[in-house]
Amino acid sequence: MSKIMVGVILGAILGALDGMTAWFTPAARPGIIGIVFGSTIKGILAGILIGVFARKVHSLALGIAFGLGVGLVLAFIIAQLQHGYYFQIMLPGGMVGLTVGYATQKYGQSPHLQGAASAH
Amino acid sequence: MNWLGDGTVDRLQANLQVPDLSGTRYRAVRFLAGGGMAAIWLAEDTVLQRRVALKVLDADDSPELASRLLREAHILAALEHPGIVPVHDAGTLPDGRVFYCMKYVEGLRLDDHLTRNPAISDRLRLLLRIAEPVAFAHSRGIIHRDLKPENVMIGPFGEVLVMDWGLGKVFSAPVSESSAQNTGAAELQREPASLRVCSTGHGSVLGTPGYMAPEQLRGEVARMDQRTDVYGLGAILSFMIGNSQAAQSNMLRVGNPVRAICAKAMDSDPNRRYATVEALTADIANYLADSPVSAYPESAVERLARLFNRHRTAVILIAAYLAMRLLFILFSHR
Repeated sequence: MSKIMVGVILGAILGALDGMTAWFTPAARPGIIGIVFGSTIKGILAGILIGVFARKVHSLALGIAFGLGVGLVLAFIIAQLQHGYYFQIMLPGGMVGLTVGYATQKYGQSPHLQGAASAH
Repeated sequence: MNWLGDGTVDRLQANLQVPDLSGTRYRAVRFLAGGGMAAIWLAEDTVLQRRVALKVLDADDSPELASRLLREAHILAALEHPGIVPVHDAGTLPDGRVFYCMKYVEGLRLDDHLTRNPAISDRLRLLLRIAEPVAFAHSRGIIHRDLKPENVMIGPFGEVLVMDWGLGKVFSAPVSESSAQNTGAAELQREPASLRVCSTGHGSVLGTPGYMAPEQLRGEVARMDQRTDVYGLGAILSFMIGNSQAAQSNMLRVGNPVRAICAKAMDSDPNRRYATVEALTADIANYLADSPVSAYPESAVERLARLFNRHRTAVILIAAYLAMRLLFILFSHR
């Protein structure tokens, strides 16, 4: 599995989970499908960006830092659109980015390894 | 009449053992070690101006032992590998003693190295490196038959060398005809009759008790193959994980899979051992990578624990994320 795929799958799962927690906020329940969809897309987008970074840069520390940054930036944009809840949105968003950043550095094959594997 | 003192006799005996290097390119520097049939001297190669080690047959030894020493030199010459000390020269000294010249290796024996108390993972990685030259020799159809900590040297830069191939034996046809010509495999295959039994005429056991496979102990030469060395490596592993003083004093925590690997490598029945050194090292590498090992059928709990160990950070990160989400939900309802 490629590093981008690792990022996409993990980002999608954590993003969907992130969105589903809105169920526990009664005011948000009517729009839960849209929230889960949007949150999943956000996770996938973060996963792609972080996965591409992991393909280019092989450094656990930089991967985690980049993941954290991407997660925070995307969460900040969402919070701006929501006009508030910065802490509640950005903290989980940052953690998702950090986790995906770690996972893409640790798991998934680099392109040159994939090439070698397919050659066999 | 004046009797010679003990010290004088010792000195005379020592001088008798000093090899006569006159007329050769070597100059003896000092005695390094003595074995059952030969002594190893540190010498200087006066032509290339470098230090070398000379293994010289003891003065009063038989032609049979001379041919054994030459066989050892042939085996070393056939095995060009970074983990096997290279032989430079072989021949007969002016005093009639057979010798061969090899690279002088500085460093610590494995048993001495273990007193530095390396971690269990470092010990296992070390065993993987010890196994490399042994596996290489097997690929050339040669088994060592005397693997033990005293025959492994750890160099100052971490290089690992398997020494003392004096009991080496050809167990099958070499990989190619050309290499057979190079190694003199046919010559190597003709063992002296005394090597087929457990003791030589000099009373030395062919192998080292505790490190010898049962078939070797019984002198069943025909049954000896690479699995005999697998047993030796298992015995070294056993020494590395439990029998060394350092290990005992520090109560090394060794997992059940490592003990199972050790037990499988040292099975009294060669058919139940690892068939090859590569199979043994694959299991050790799997253990080091937190992957399942073939020698140990793990329970569901052990499997979970291993998977947790393998993905510890990722599991902790995801758990932390879920815990944070849970806290948010709890606080939002207050």
